[in-house]
Amino acid sequence: MDIFLQQLINGLTLGSVYAVVALGYTMVYGIIQLINFAHGEVVMIGGMVALWTIGALAGSAGLPPTVVVLAGVASAVPVCMLLGWSIERAAYRPLRGAPRLAPLITAIGISIILQNVALMIFSRNPLPFPQILPNPVFEVAGATISLVQIIIIATCLLLMGGLTLLVYRTRLGMAMRATSENPAVAGLMGIPIDRVISTTFVIGAGLGAVAGVLNGLYYGIVHYTFGAMLGLKAFCAAVLGGIGNMAGAMLGGILLGVVEALGTGYIGEMTDLCHVGFLSTALAERCARDGHVVLFGSNYQDVFAFLVLIVVLVFRPSGLLGERVSDRA
Amino acid sequence: MADALSALFRRRGTKPWVGLALLAGVLLILPFMLAQAGTTWVRVTNLTILFALLALGLNIVVGFAGLLDLGYIAFYAVGAYAYALLASPHFGLHLPFWVILPMGALLACAAGVLLGAPTLKLRGDYLAIVTLGFGEIVRIFMNNLSQPFNVTNGPQGVTLIDPFRIGTFSFAKPETLLGLSFSGPIKYYYLLLVVMVVVIAVNLRLEDSRIGRAWMAIREDELAAKAVGIDTRNVKLLAFAMGASFGGIAGGMFAAMQGFVSPESFGLVESIMVLAMVVLGGMGNVWGVVLGAALLTFVPELLRHTVEPLQKGVLGRVVIEPEVIRMLLFGAALVLMMRFRPAGLFPSRARKREFAAGRGPEVP
Amino acid sequence: MARFSNSPHPIAAASAIVALFLAACGQQEQTPPPAAAPAAAPAAITVKLGHSAPLTGGIAHLGKDNESGVSLAVDEANSKGITIGGKPVKFELMSEDDEGNPNKGPLIAQKFADAKVAGVIGHLNSGVAIPASPVYNTAGIPVITGSATNPKLTEQGFAVTFRTVGRDDQQGPAIASYLLSETKPKLVAIIDDATAYGEGLANEVEKSLKAAGVKVLPREKGTDKTIDWKGVLTKIKGKAPDAVFYGGMDSGAGPLMKQARELGIKARFAFGDGACSDKMQELAGAAAEGLLCSQAGIPVQASSAAFLDAYRKKFNADPVIYAPFTYDAANMIIAAMKKADSTDPAVFLPALKALQYDGASGHIEFDEKGDRKDAEMTIFTMNAGKIEPVAVIKGGKTIPVAEFAAGAKPAEAPAAAPAPAAEAPKAEEKK
Repeated sequence: MDIFLQQLINGLTLGSVYAVVALGYTMVYGIIQLINFAHGEVVMIGGMVALWTIGALAGSAGLPPTVVVLAGVASAVPVCMLLGWSIERAAYRPLRGAPRLAPLITAIGISIILQNVALMIFSRNPLPFPQILPNPVFEVAGATISLVQIIIIATCLLLMGGLTLLVYRTRLGMAMRATSENPAVAGLMGIPIDRVISTTFVIGAGLGAVAGVLNGLYYGIVHYTFGAMLGLKAFCAAVLGGIGNMAGAMLGGILLGVVEALGTGYIGEMTDLCHVGFLSTALAERCARDGHVVLFGSNYQDVFAFLVLIVVLVFRPSGLLGERVSDRA
Repeated sequence: MADALSALFRRRGTKPWVGLALLAGVLLILPFMLAQAGTTWVRVTNLTILFALLALGLNIVVGFAGLLDLGYIAFYAVGAYAYALLASPHFGLHLPFWVILPMGALLACAAGVLLGAPTLKLRGDYLAIVTLGFGEIVRIFMNNLSQPFNVTNGPQGVTLIDPFRIGTFSFAKPETLLGLSFSGPIKYYYLLLVVMVVVIAVNLRLEDSRIGRAWMAIREDELAAKAVGIDTRNVKLLAFAMGASFGGIAGGMFAAMQGFVSPESFGLVESIMVLAMVVLGGMGNVWGVVLGAALLTFVPELLRHTVEPLQKGVLGRVVIEPEVIRMLLFGAALVLMMRFRPAGLFPSRARKREFAAGRGPEVP
Repeated sequence: MARFSNSPHPIAAASAIVALFLAACGQQEQTPPPAAAPAAAPAAITVKLGHSAPLTGGIAHLGKDNESGVSLAVDEANSKGITIGGKPVKFELMSEDDEGNPNKGPLIAQKFADAKVAGVIGHLNSGVAIPASPVYNTAGIPVITGSATNPKLTEQGFAVTFRTVGRDDQQGPAIASYLLSETKPKLVAIIDDATAYGEGLANEVEKSLKAAGVKVLPREKGTDKTIDWKGVLTKIKGKAPDAVFYGGMDSGAGPLMKQARELGIKARFAFGDGACSDKMQELAGAAAEGLLCSQAGIPVQASSAAFLDAYRKKFNADPVIYAPFTYDAANMIIAAMKKADSTDPAVFLPALKALQYDGASGHIEFDEKGDRKDAEMTIFTMNAGKIEPVAVIKGGKTIPVAEFAAGAKPAEAPAAAPAPAAEAPKAEEKK
């Protein structure tokens, strides 16, 4: 039981990071039906900038660690926001109205550029993220949870709540919803849709920055390539929940994290051929010698994630909570 | 001349014979010209043709039928592994290539249908992500099927794969014929050239066939296509199947030329690369796609030779390493292309119309 | 519509491309040897050495490290002014990015063959080195890898492939035997990163452990980019193994160890040379304390202070992992040339095969396959934030490091730092 609980906690933490990144994807998609594939790299840049600030501050002044980490966040967020704004302005805006493939290819191009710029500015080595926060580990019913894990889950919930308020309780949110509903009409109603779209990108990138810092704090390592896989998984999470839907991104992220953790934890034993009653003699010998003949172990971790995604999409093509389906390739 | 070529394949005009003969002549002596500069360039050309084959296969799916496939490299992997496992010491099997290549194509085709069938209902971005997932799943399986039973040898890959061989004639060994020395890469060049001509011919014929028009109809408007009586399900499946079989053939040739396959060759980056070839060249335009493949394999090799000396000459030292510049330029090229020539360098006529029209009333 | 009307003719563009690259090739042909020739000496000959490793992508830092090792050796040889066949020789490094991409292996090998390089140091990955090796074999160019550990590389029957690094099946048994003697585990968990390197090494360790009668849990795997190991570790925790072996690089191993201690796993952790550096301390913090790891040959710290000094002086950084091995590889090619008094691969290849060499990574001699003969393996442990050698394993015997240093070669003990002669590398072949 404690192992199960531990896996749940692991999945929840991982899923929270996915969720925050997925929010960035889903907000942008919700408003202009565009997959911002470069979002993963924005997250990476956020982690890198925070690493710089934290590294610089932690060495010299006698500041308390919490302040240093917050300074890291405070430096990463504006940088990423500026980055998000520029990407939208320079690369995506001219492509509005172009077929789907155009922005997708652009996004891939931007990912490549950002990765290589990060390589030039920061380093090609994996960089250790300074572990300055005290990280006590708490015992809960036989499982452990660390302070950083609690911070990650809490931050994720906070961001989600804040974002919901923003979208459903403010004028900006109303403008965003209107633009998402029908940009032409929203424009006619006097909503400055260009500015609304820019703002959405900026907010998404800001969320990405936070995710980058959380990621660094949790794993203690940043590399210029880490954004790509994280982005991909988070994008899966967003699609799983129903892309364009914020609650969906949250749900998708956490589900994906939990599925990965539980899949890693249990599929191996479930597919152990030695638990099957009848065996060929060769297999029985192997079982007697090794004690296990596992078909699918944790090596298929990424397969679990993609399979769940495919199954959900095939039976519910617009994701768990999504409504709209895009039309063109 | 491209139009002339197309015309020839479509049996329309007869005038372009001269141009065609010229091109054929150039292609025939090309490897010897290249070998003068270095056999590397023959190998680069071979790789270019291989990628052109891949891009032409993907062009059927993305360019003709408008189905966005981000996991195309999986079919290439299936073909390559089929060849590797059936013609190497790994299982001790050494079947001849003319048995395995069609088998590889068939297997890839089956994989294409396997991917196509459940995803028929999906559109656009959802299809993109599912195909991406499919591609990754195939790679992960190749990478992990070494335990508990060793099928693919996992990340270690399969070594000592047989080259193409007909009787005692092997494509891997150098040979002298009529006073000309044919090195291994040059022999493969001619083989690849033949395959490519066949594949191009099939592509061009397909484009103007009933099926080709049905694909185009689906690409433009699936609902309308259905309404006029096109069996969209079968026609879409056919696109996946045909595209996949081309990938399978290319994969088999890759395995034989390389003599070694491992899952590293079949990652997402490769899928993106092939897609970029199709897109840069011009979706749906066979000649554009071939040139896209040529550009994306040749230019990086060119950059290797020019960037460093240039910086040393102008700035006195190397400020940005050539490999970084190469990637930066690749990224910038993708972005700028989409900005200024979204239909590709050589757009197909139909796509041109579409992009020109698409700027108007569609979703902003 | 007007946007697209100026589309250039595809074939015209194609011929432009062809013309362009032919021009580029033309440039390439006129090799630029006018290297500041010393006055009034017989005309210097330029000898090209090739190096290839991924210089872009996820493990570019290791590729750069390999390149640095070679470029240091080349610079030193040039500053020493070597004469071969009566002529002063200037070595020129030709470094190519193989992107860790198996497709590029044969291409780059061919490029080296076309450029008539005398020898090649590379490739970093076994996955690239293996498809490239037939091309080197055809061209008759000796190729020494300083980091590709897959046994298959030298089992293809090519006379030109060598390696200065230990094979997986030399390193695996070494770390396993130390783990057995030190920890006496009954149950071991083995994890790898599903790369050719990580899996290959993990397989060898598993083989040795099983042969010694130790129970091994079902293999767990991540990828070379995995940093979240909690799922795998929690599963392992449920089985309570006495030791954990991870086959993979430090970027995965650091987070792995950190998370294991967070989960309260007390098992002993062991790694291969991919995760055998001080970087582990930076990545895992205090959690890295007490880890075991192995390196082929005599390790960076213990081997040659002269090499270390020179490397630090030139690159203002510490070698990452394999630089000593590529440095040795380059020096061995140069040494073989001197011995055979020729820069022609066909002539110096036999000399290279027979060379006995004491380099930055210890004594090197090739066996008939081209592998490092009786390669020493060093076992390290993390002590107070630094990895320290604890034992050297040679020919299946475990020798405590102090004993080894006292017994064998005086200059190479870590404590006995040689005098400041940094510019004179001690590596010199035995005549």
